[in-house]
Amino acid sequence: MKPAGFLLLLAGWGIVLTAAALLEPTAVRAGFVLAGVGVEGLGLALVIRAHIVPRGDRS
Amino acid sequence: MSEAVSMLCLVMILLVPLAALGLALMNTGLGRSRSAAHTMLTALCIMATAAVVYFAFGFCWQGAAGRAAHIFNINGKPWNWFGAESPFFSSLTMDGSLPSLVALSQMFGAGLAALIPLGAGTDRWRLGPACVSTAILAGVTYPLFAHWAWGGGWLSQLGVHYGMGRGYLDAGGAGCIQVTGGLTALCIAWILGPRRGKYSSSGMAAALPGHHTVFVLLACFLAWIGWTGLNASGALLFAGSPSSSLVLIAIDTMLSASAAALAAAVITRTRFGRPDASLCANGWVGGLVASSAGCGFLSPAVAAVTGVVAGALVTLSVEWLDVYLGVDDPGGSVSVNAIAGTWGLLAAGMFGRVPESQWLAQVVGIATLFGFVFPLAFTSNWVLNRFFPQRVSPEGEWQGMDLHELGAGAYPEFVIHREDFIQR
Repeated sequence: MKPAGFLLLLAGWGIVLTAAALLEPTAVRAGFVLAGVGVEGLGLALVIRAHIVPRGDRS
Repeated sequence: MSEAVSMLCLVMILLVPLAALGLALMNTGLGRSRSAAHTMLTALCIMATAAVVYFAFGFCWQGAAGRAAHIFNINGKPWNWFGAESPFFSSLTMDGSLPSLVALSQMFGAGLAALIPLGAGTDRWRLGPACVSTAILAGVTYPLFAHWAWGGGWLSQLGVHYGMGRGYLDAGGAGCIQVTGGLTALCIAWILGPRRGKYSSSGMAAALPGHHTVFVLLACFLAWIGWTGLNASGALLFAGSPSSSLVLIAIDTMLSASAAALAAAVITRTRFGRPDASLCANGWVGGLVASSAGCGFLSPAVAAVTGVVAGALVTLSVEWLDVYLGVDDPGGSVSVNAIAGTWGLLAAGMFGRVPESQWLAQVVGIATLFGFVFPLAFTSNWVLNRFFPQRVSPEGEWQGMDLHELGAGAYPEFVIHREDFIQR
Protein backbone atom coordinates (compact mmCIF):
# COMPACT_ATOMS: atom_id res chain seq x y z
CA MET A 1 0.00 0.00 0.00
CA LYS A 2 2.89 2.35 0.83
CA PRO A 3 4.63 2.11 -2.57
CA ALA A 4 1.27 2.54 -4.29
CA GLY A 5 0.66 5.67 -2.25
CA PHE A 6 4.01 7.19 -3.19
CA LEU A 7 3.44 6.28 -6.84
CA LEU A 8 0.08 8.03 -6.70
CA LEU A 9 1.79 11.11 -5.21
CA LEU A 10 4.23 11.15 -8.12
CA ALA A 11 1.47 10.48 -10.63
CA GLY A 12 -0.59 13.36 -9.24
CA TRP A 13 2.39 15.67 -9.55
CA GLY A 14 2.82 14.48 -13.14
CA ILE A 15 -0.78 15.42 -13.91
CA VAL A 16 -0.24 18.86 -12.36
CA LEU A 17 2.93 19.42 -14.41
CA THR A 18 1.31 18.22 -17.61
CA ALA A 19 -1.72 20.41 -17.07
CA ALA A 20 0.47 23.44 -16.42
CA ALA A 21 2.62 22.81 -19.49
CA LEU A 22 0.14 21.66 -22.10
CA LEU A 23 -3.31 23.08 -21.39
CA GLU A 24 -4.23 26.58 -22.44
CA PRO A 25 -7.55 27.95 -21.16
CA THR A 26 -7.23 28.81 -17.49
CA ALA A 27 -10.38 26.98 -16.40
CA VAL A 28 -9.36 23.70 -18.04
CA ARG A 29 -5.83 24.01 -16.70
CA ALA A 30 -7.13 24.73 -13.19
CA GLY A 31 -9.47 21.76 -13.41
CA PHE A 32 -6.68 19.37 -14.33
CA VAL A 33 -4.34 20.86 -11.72
CA LEU A 34 -6.99 20.25 -9.07
CA ALA A 35 -7.53 16.73 -10.42
CA GLY A 36 -3.79 16.12 -9.98
CA VAL A 37 -3.99 17.44 -6.44
CA GLY A 38 -6.90 15.02 -5.85
CA VAL A 39 -4.75 12.10 -7.01
CA GLU A 40 -2.00 13.29 -4.67
CA GLY A 41 -4.53 13.44 -1.84
CA LEU A 42 -5.45 9.83 -2.53
CA GLY A 43 -1.75 8.88 -2.51
CA LEU A 44 -1.17 10.76 0.73
CA ALA A 45 -4.14 9.00 2.34
CA LEU A 46 -2.74 5.62 1.29
CA VAL A 47 0.74 6.43 2.63
CA ILE A 48 -0.67 7.67 5.94
CA ARG A 49 -2.90 4.61 6.22
CA ALA A 50 0.05 2.33 5.55
CA HIS A 51 1.95 3.95 8.40
CA ILE A 52 -0.78 3.84 11.02
CA VAL A 53 0.33 1.25 13.52
CA PRO A 54 -2.60 -0.89 14.70
CA ARG A 55 -3.48 0.15 18.24
CA GLY A 56 -2.53 -3.19 19.77
CA ASP A 57 0.96 -3.11 18.20
CA ARG A 58 1.98 0.44 19.09
CA SER A 59 4.02 -0.12 22.23
CA MET B 1 20.77 46.20 -5.71
CA SER B 2 22.24 49.33 -4.10
CA GLU B 3 24.94 49.13 -1.44
CA ALA B 4 22.53 50.31 1.26
CA VAL B 5 19.99 47.62 0.40
CA SER B 6 22.78 45.00 0.29
CA MET B 7 23.86 46.03 3.80
CA LEU B 8 20.27 45.95 5.04
CA CYS B 9 19.82 42.52 3.52
CA LEU B 10 23.06 41.29 5.11
CA VAL B 11 21.92 42.45 8.55
CA MET B 12 18.59 40.64 8.08
CA ILE B 13 20.35 37.45 6.96
CA LEU B 14 22.57 37.56 10.05
CA LEU B 15 19.44 37.44 12.24
CA VAL B 16 18.43 34.06 10.76
CA PRO B 17 20.69 31.94 13.03
CA LEU B 18 18.49 33.12 15.91
CA ALA B 19 15.62 31.22 14.28
CA ALA B 20 17.82 28.13 14.22
CA LEU B 21 18.73 28.67 17.87
CA GLY B 22 15.04 29.01 18.66
CA LEU B 23 14.16 25.74 16.95
CA ALA B 24 17.08 23.94 18.62
CA LEU B 25 16.09 25.18 22.09
CA MET B 26 12.47 24.30 21.47
CA ASN B 27 13.32 20.75 20.36
CA THR B 28 15.55 20.36 23.40
CA GLY B 29 12.97 21.67 25.82
CA LEU B 30 10.22 19.47 24.39
CA GLY B 31 12.40 16.35 24.68
CA ARG B 32 13.48 14.42 27.76
CA SER B 33 16.13 15.65 30.17
CA ARG B 34 18.30 12.60 29.53
CA SER B 35 18.62 13.56 25.84
CA ALA B 36 19.01 17.34 26.22
CA ALA B 37 22.74 17.67 25.51
CA HIS B 38 22.45 15.22 22.62
CA THR B 39 19.64 17.23 21.02
CA MET B 40 21.59 20.49 21.24
CA LEU B 41 24.76 18.87 19.90
CA THR B 42 22.80 17.23 17.07
CA ALA B 43 21.32 20.64 16.23
CA LEU B 44 24.79 22.15 16.06
CA CYS B 45 26.10 19.27 13.92
CA ILE B 46 23.08 19.55 11.63
CA MET B 47 23.77 23.26 11.05
CA ALA B 48 27.44 22.50 10.43
CA THR B 49 26.75 19.62 8.03
CA ALA B 50 24.17 21.65 6.12
CA ALA B 51 26.55 24.59 5.72
CA VAL B 52 29.44 22.43 4.49
CA VAL B 53 27.34 20.31 2.13
CA TYR B 54 25.52 23.34 0.73
CA PHE B 55 28.87 25.05 0.19
CA ALA B 56 30.35 21.93 -1.46
CA PHE B 57 27.59 21.19 -3.94
CA GLY B 58 24.14 22.34 -2.78
CA PHE B 59 24.53 25.73 -4.40
CA CYS B 60 25.48 24.04 -7.71
CA TRP B 61 21.88 22.88 -8.10
CA GLN B 62 20.22 25.93 -6.64
CA GLY B 63 22.03 28.87 -8.19
CA ALA B 64 20.39 32.25 -8.29
CA ALA B 65 17.92 33.96 -10.59
CA GLY B 66 19.44 35.11 -13.86
CA ARG B 67 22.50 32.87 -13.64
CA ALA B 68 23.54 29.73 -15.51
CA ALA B 69 20.99 26.89 -15.44
CA HIS B 70 19.88 23.75 -17.27
CA ILE B 71 16.78 24.63 -19.26
CA PHE B 72 14.58 22.30 -21.32
CA ASN B 73 11.86 23.45 -23.68
CA ILE B 74 8.43 21.94 -23.20
CA ASN B 75 5.70 22.89 -25.65
CA GLY B 76 7.79 25.86 -26.81
CA LYS B 77 8.27 27.29 -23.31
CA PRO B 78 11.53 27.14 -21.34
CA TRP B 79 11.47 25.04 -18.13
CA ASN B 80 14.38 25.80 -15.86
CA TRP B 81 15.15 22.65 -13.82
CA PHE B 82 18.65 22.86 -12.30
CA GLY B 83 21.21 25.50 -11.54
CA ALA B 84 24.59 25.14 -13.25
CA GLU B 85 26.98 26.69 -10.76
CA SER B 86 30.46 25.45 -9.90
CA PRO B 87 31.10 23.60 -6.62
CA PHE B 88 32.55 25.31 -3.54
CA PHE B 89 31.05 28.72 -4.46
CA SER B 90 33.90 29.05 -6.97
CA SER B 91 31.72 30.81 -9.53
CA LEU B 92 30.72 33.49 -7.01
CA THR B 93 32.31 36.81 -6.21
CA MET B 94 31.87 37.58 -2.52
CA ASP B 95 31.23 41.28 -2.99
CA GLY B 96 27.78 41.76 -1.51
CA SER B 97 26.12 41.22 -4.88
CA LEU B 98 22.76 39.44 -5.04
CA PRO B 99 24.18 35.95 -5.81
CA SER B 100 26.64 36.16 -2.92
CA LEU B 101 23.86 37.23 -0.54
CA VAL B 102 21.71 34.37 -1.84
CA ALA B 103 24.54 31.90 -1.14
CA LEU B 104 24.92 33.19 2.42
CA SER B 105 21.20 33.22 3.18
CA GLN B 106 20.76 29.76 1.73
CA MET B 107 23.51 28.24 3.85
CA PHE B 108 21.40 29.28 6.82
CA GLY B 109 18.16 28.32 5.06
CA ALA B 110 19.36 24.79 4.33
CA GLY B 111 20.44 24.43 7.96
CA LEU B 112 17.09 25.67 9.21
CA ALA B 113 15.22 23.22 6.99
CA ALA B 114 17.46 20.37 8.17
CA LEU B 115 16.89 21.30 11.81
CA ILE B 116 13.13 20.79 11.57
CA PRO B 117 13.20 16.94 11.41
CA LEU B 118 15.18 16.90 14.66
CA GLY B 119 12.01 17.92 16.47
CA ALA B 120 10.32 14.73 15.24
CA GLY B 121 13.30 12.51 16.00
CA THR B 122 14.18 13.83 19.46
CA ASP B 123 15.11 11.20 22.07
CA ARG B 124 15.83 8.41 19.55
CA TRP B 125 17.61 9.77 16.43
CA ARG B 126 21.30 8.87 16.38
CA LEU B 127 23.81 11.64 15.73
CA GLY B 128 25.61 10.04 12.76
CA PRO B 129 22.52 9.18 10.69
CA ALA B 130 21.05 12.61 11.52
CA CYS B 131 24.11 14.22 9.90
CA VAL B 132 23.91 11.97 6.83
CA SER B 133 20.19 12.68 6.49
CA THR B 134 21.02 16.38 6.74
CA ALA B 135 23.59 16.01 3.96
CA ILE B 136 20.90 14.54 1.69
CA LEU B 137 18.49 17.35 2.53
CA ALA B 138 21.00 20.19 2.20
CA GLY B 139 22.73 18.68 -0.83
CA VAL B 140 19.82 17.48 -2.94
CA THR B 141 16.24 17.95 -1.75
CA TYR B 142 16.41 21.53 -0.53
CA PRO B 143 18.52 23.08 -3.32
CA LEU B 144 16.40 21.44 -6.00
CA PHE B 145 13.11 22.86 -4.77
CA ALA B 146 14.73 26.17 -3.80
CA HIS B 147 16.02 26.52 -7.38
CA TRP B 148 12.54 25.99 -8.76
CA ALA B 149 11.05 28.55 -6.37
CA TRP B 150 13.86 31.07 -5.86
CA GLY B 151 16.62 30.42 -8.37
CA GLY B 152 14.71 31.42 -11.49
CA GLY B 153 13.30 27.89 -11.82
CA TRP B 154 10.09 26.79 -13.49
CA LEU B 155 7.85 27.42 -10.44
CA SER B 156 8.90 31.05 -10.28
CA GLN B 157 8.27 31.39 -14.04
CA LEU B 158 4.67 30.11 -13.95
CA GLY B 159 3.44 33.69 -14.07
CA VAL B 160 5.58 34.78 -17.03
CA HIS B 161 4.96 31.72 -19.19
CA TYR B 162 1.52 30.51 -18.13
CA GLY B 163 -0.22 33.54 -16.67
CA MET B 164 -0.44 32.12 -13.14
CA GLY B 165 -0.23 35.33 -11.13
CA ARG B 166 3.35 36.37 -10.50
CA GLY B 167 4.55 32.75 -10.39
CA TYR B 168 4.91 30.68 -7.22
CA LEU B 169 5.20 33.12 -4.31
CA ASP B 170 7.17 32.13 -1.22
CA ALA B 171 8.92 35.23 0.07
CA GLY B 172 10.25 33.91 3.39
CA GLY B 173 10.47 30.19 2.72
CA ALA B 174 7.21 28.70 4.00
CA GLY B 175 7.48 26.09 1.26
CA CYS B 176 11.22 25.91 0.53
CA ILE B 177 12.30 25.75 4.17
CA GLN B 178 9.32 24.94 6.39
CA VAL B 179 7.20 22.50 4.38
CA THR B 180 10.31 20.77 3.02
CA GLY B 181 11.62 20.37 6.59
CA GLY B 182 8.19 19.45 7.96
CA LEU B 183 7.56 16.71 5.39
CA THR B 184 11.06 15.33 6.02
CA ALA B 185 10.19 15.38 9.74
CA LEU B 186 7.15 13.21 9.01
CA CYS B 187 9.36 10.77 7.10
CA ILE B 188 11.83 10.65 10.00
CA ALA B 189 9.03 10.11 12.55
CA TRP B 190 7.68 7.21 10.48
CA ILE B 191 11.09 5.64 9.89
CA LEU B 192 12.19 5.91 13.53
CA GLY B 193 8.85 4.87 15.02
CA PRO B 194 7.48 6.13 18.34
CA ARG B 195 9.52 6.43 21.53
CA ARG B 196 9.30 3.48 23.88
CA GLY B 197 6.44 4.01 26.28
CA LYS B 198 4.70 6.55 24.06
CA TYR B 199 1.87 4.14 23.32
CA SER B 200 0.47 1.62 25.75
CA SER B 201 -0.22 -1.98 24.76
CA SER B 202 -3.83 -1.00 24.12
CA GLY B 203 -2.66 1.79 21.78
CA MET B 204 -3.44 4.75 24.02
CA ALA B 205 -1.03 7.65 23.54
CA ALA B 206 0.75 8.72 26.73
CA ALA B 207 1.69 12.35 27.29
CA LEU B 208 5.48 12.61 27.55
CA PRO B 209 5.82 16.26 28.57
CA GLY B 210 8.90 18.26 27.63
CA HIS B 211 11.51 18.63 30.33
CA HIS B 212 12.12 22.40 30.14
CA THR B 213 9.17 24.69 29.39
CA VAL B 214 11.29 27.80 29.95
CA PHE B 215 13.58 26.74 27.08
CA VAL B 216 10.52 26.24 24.89
CA LEU B 217 9.08 29.67 25.64
CA LEU B 218 12.43 31.44 25.41
CA ALA B 219 12.79 29.80 22.01
CA CYS B 220 9.64 31.60 20.85
CA PHE B 221 11.26 35.00 21.43
CA LEU B 222 14.46 33.99 19.65
CA ALA B 223 12.51 32.48 16.76
CA TRP B 224 10.51 35.71 16.40
CA ILE B 225 13.69 37.78 15.87
CA GLY B 226 15.16 35.16 13.55
CA TRP B 227 11.97 34.85 11.52
CA THR B 228 11.75 38.61 11.04
CA GLY B 229 15.23 38.45 9.50
CA LEU B 230 14.32 35.37 7.47
CA ASN B 231 11.16 36.92 6.05
CA ALA B 232 12.76 40.32 5.41
CA SER B 233 15.85 38.92 3.68
CA GLY B 234 13.76 36.47 1.66
CA ALA B 235 11.37 39.18 0.49
CA LEU B 236 14.27 41.42 -0.58
CA LEU B 237 16.24 38.66 -2.30
CA PHE B 238 13.57 36.43 -3.81
CA ALA B 239 10.26 38.29 -4.04
CA GLY B 240 11.56 41.58 -5.40
CA SER B 241 10.13 43.54 -2.47
CA PRO B 242 11.50 47.06 -1.98
CA SER B 243 13.30 47.95 1.25
CA SER B 244 10.34 50.20 2.10
CA SER B 245 8.23 47.07 2.61
CA LEU B 246 10.33 45.90 5.57
CA VAL B 247 8.02 47.57 8.09
CA LEU B 248 5.01 45.73 6.69
CA ILE B 249 6.98 42.46 6.67
CA ALA B 250 7.91 42.86 10.36
CA ILE B 251 4.31 43.76 11.26
CA ASP B 252 2.89 40.80 9.31
CA THR B 253 5.36 38.44 10.99
CA MET B 254 4.58 39.71 14.47
CA LEU B 255 0.82 39.78 13.99
CA SER B 256 0.65 36.31 12.51
CA ALA B 257 2.68 34.80 15.37
CA SER B 258 0.72 36.68 18.03
CA ALA B 259 -2.66 35.74 16.63
CA ALA B 260 -1.59 32.11 16.30
CA ALA B 261 -0.32 31.91 19.89
CA LEU B 262 -3.51 33.49 21.22
CA ALA B 263 -5.65 31.14 19.13
CA ALA B 264 -3.71 28.19 20.58
CA ALA B 265 -4.17 29.57 24.10
CA VAL B 266 -7.92 30.00 23.63
CA ILE B 267 -8.34 26.55 22.09
CA THR B 268 -6.34 24.75 24.77
CA ARG B 269 -8.06 26.79 27.52
CA THR B 270 -11.45 25.81 26.10
CA ARG B 271 -10.60 22.15 25.63
CA PHE B 272 -8.44 21.39 28.67
CA GLY B 273 -9.51 24.06 31.15
CA ARG B 274 -6.16 25.88 31.08
CA PRO B 275 -3.75 27.08 28.40
CA ASP B 276 -1.09 24.57 27.41
CA ALA B 277 2.39 26.15 27.30
CA SER B 278 3.94 23.81 24.75
CA LEU B 279 0.97 24.04 22.38
CA CYS B 280 0.97 27.84 22.69
CA ALA B 281 4.66 27.82 21.78
CA ASN B 282 3.93 25.52 18.85
CA GLY B 283 1.13 27.88 17.82
CA TRP B 284 3.48 30.87 17.98
CA VAL B 285 6.02 29.22 15.70
CA GLY B 286 3.20 27.97 13.46
CA GLY B 287 2.14 31.60 13.04
CA LEU B 288 5.69 32.60 12.16
CA VAL B 289 5.82 29.79 9.59
CA ALA B 290 2.47 30.78 8.04
CA SER B 291 3.62 34.41 7.77
CA SER B 292 6.64 33.46 5.69
CA ALA B 293 4.93 32.78 2.38
CA GLY B 294 3.12 36.07 1.90
CA CYS B 295 5.00 38.48 4.16
CA GLY B 296 4.96 41.90 2.57
CA PHE B 297 2.03 40.87 0.36
CA LEU B 298 -0.56 40.49 3.14
CA SER B 299 -2.32 43.38 4.83
CA PRO B 300 -1.87 43.36 8.63
CA ALA B 301 -5.47 42.24 9.17
CA VAL B 302 -5.08 39.34 6.75
CA ALA B 303 -1.79 38.38 8.41
CA ALA B 304 -3.57 38.23 11.77
CA VAL B 305 -6.37 36.05 10.37
CA THR B 306 -3.77 33.82 8.71
CA GLY B 307 -2.15 33.47 12.13
CA VAL B 308 -5.42 32.55 13.85
CA VAL B 309 -6.06 29.76 11.35
CA ALA B 310 -2.43 28.57 11.62
CA GLY B 311 -2.66 28.47 15.43
CA ALA B 312 -5.89 26.47 15.28
CA LEU B 313 -4.49 24.07 12.67
CA VAL B 314 -1.32 23.47 14.69
CA THR B 315 -3.14 22.90 17.97
CA LEU B 316 -5.66 20.47 16.52
CA SER B 317 -3.28 18.63 14.21
CA VAL B 318 -0.73 17.94 16.98
CA GLU B 319 -3.38 15.88 18.76
CA TRP B 320 -4.64 14.31 15.54
CA LEU B 321 -1.19 13.11 14.53
CA ASP B 322 -0.32 11.94 18.04
CA VAL B 323 -3.51 10.13 19.00
CA TYR B 324 -5.11 8.97 15.75
CA LEU B 325 -2.19 8.50 13.36
CA GLY B 326 0.37 7.24 15.88
CA VAL B 327 3.01 9.78 14.77
CA ASP B 328 5.31 10.47 17.73
CA ASP B 329 6.56 13.99 17.00
CA PRO B 330 7.80 15.48 20.31
CA GLY B 331 8.61 18.88 18.79
CA GLY B 332 5.40 19.16 16.77
CA SER B 333 7.48 19.70 13.63
CA VAL B 334 4.97 18.18 11.22
CA SER B 335 2.11 20.36 12.45
CA VAL B 336 4.14 23.53 12.95
CA ASN B 337 6.16 23.42 9.76
CA ALA B 338 4.39 21.24 7.19
CA ILE B 339 0.75 22.02 7.98
CA ALA B 340 1.09 25.70 8.95
CA GLY B 341 3.50 26.24 6.04
CA THR B 342 1.07 24.75 3.54
CA TRP B 343 -1.69 26.95 4.92
CA GLY B 344 0.57 30.00 4.65
CA LEU B 345 1.29 29.26 0.98
CA LEU B 346 -2.41 28.94 0.23
CA ALA B 347 -3.29 32.08 2.20
CA ALA B 348 -0.68 34.10 0.30
CA GLY B 349 -2.27 33.07 -3.00
CA MET B 350 -5.87 33.60 -1.95
CA PHE B 351 -5.76 36.66 0.30
CA GLY B 352 -2.53 38.48 -0.56
CA ARG B 353 -2.15 41.60 -2.68
CA VAL B 354 -1.41 39.46 -5.72
CA PRO B 355 -2.99 38.85 -9.15
CA GLU B 356 -6.25 36.89 -9.20
CA SER B 357 -4.78 33.70 -10.64
CA GLN B 358 -2.02 33.53 -8.02
CA TRP B 359 -3.78 30.72 -6.14
CA LEU B 360 -3.14 28.34 -9.03
CA ALA B 361 0.63 28.91 -8.88
CA GLN B 362 0.50 28.29 -5.14
CA VAL B 363 -1.42 25.03 -5.66
CA VAL B 364 1.16 23.90 -8.23
CA GLY B 365 3.92 24.68 -5.69
CA ILE B 366 2.17 22.74 -2.92
CA ALA B 367 1.53 19.84 -5.30
CA THR B 368 5.26 19.81 -6.06
CA LEU B 369 6.14 19.72 -2.37
CA PHE B 370 3.81 16.79 -1.67
CA GLY B 371 4.19 15.02 -5.03
CA PHE B 372 7.96 15.28 -5.47
CA VAL B 373 9.77 16.52 -2.34
CA PHE B 374 7.89 14.23 0.05
CA PRO B 375 8.51 10.95 -1.88
CA LEU B 376 12.13 11.99 -2.47
CA ALA B 377 12.67 12.69 1.25
CA PHE B 378 11.04 9.43 2.31
CA THR B 379 12.86 7.27 -0.22
CA SER B 380 16.28 8.76 0.51
CA ASN B 381 15.84 8.41 4.29
CA TRP B 382 14.40 4.90 3.93
CA VAL B 383 17.42 3.81 1.88
CA LEU B 384 19.74 5.49 4.40
CA ASN B 385 18.00 3.61 7.20
CA ARG B 386 18.60 0.27 5.44
CA PHE B 387 22.37 0.80 5.44
CA PHE B 388 22.83 3.02 8.49
CA PRO B 389 20.04 2.46 11.05
CA GLN B 390 18.80 5.81 12.25
CA ARG B 391 17.19 4.75 15.52
CA VAL B 392 19.17 4.17 18.69
CA SER B 393 19.12 0.70 20.28
CA PRO B 394 16.48 -0.02 22.96
CA GLU B 395 19.25 -0.05 25.59
CA GLY B 396 20.47 3.35 24.43
CA GLU B 397 16.97 4.78 24.51
CA TRP B 398 16.46 3.40 28.01
CA GLN B 399 19.78 4.88 29.14
CA GLY B 400 19.16 8.22 27.45
CA MET B 401 20.87 9.66 24.37
CA ASP B 402 23.22 11.80 26.46
CA LEU B 403 24.85 8.92 28.32
CA HIS B 404 24.60 6.47 25.44
CA GLU B 405 26.07 8.60 22.65
CA LEU B 406 27.96 11.34 24.49
CA GLY B 407 28.97 9.63 27.70
CA ALA B 408 27.73 12.42 29.96
CA GLY B 409 24.38 13.93 30.84
CA ALA B 410 23.26 17.52 30.36
CA TYR B 411 22.30 17.91 34.02
CA PRO B 412 24.77 15.86 36.07
CA GLU B 413 23.48 17.34 39.34
CA PHE B 414 20.07 15.79 38.80
CA VAL B 415 19.75 12.05 39.33
CA ILE B 416 16.00 11.60 39.37
CA HIS B 417 14.63 9.33 36.60
CA ARG B 418 11.00 8.62 35.94
CA GLU B 419 10.67 5.22 34.34
CA ASP B 420 7.89 6.46 32.10
CA PHE B 421 9.02 4.34 29.18
CA ILE B 422 7.83 1.11 30.83
CA GLN B 423 4.68 -0.31 29.28
CA ARG B 424 1.50 0.52 31.08
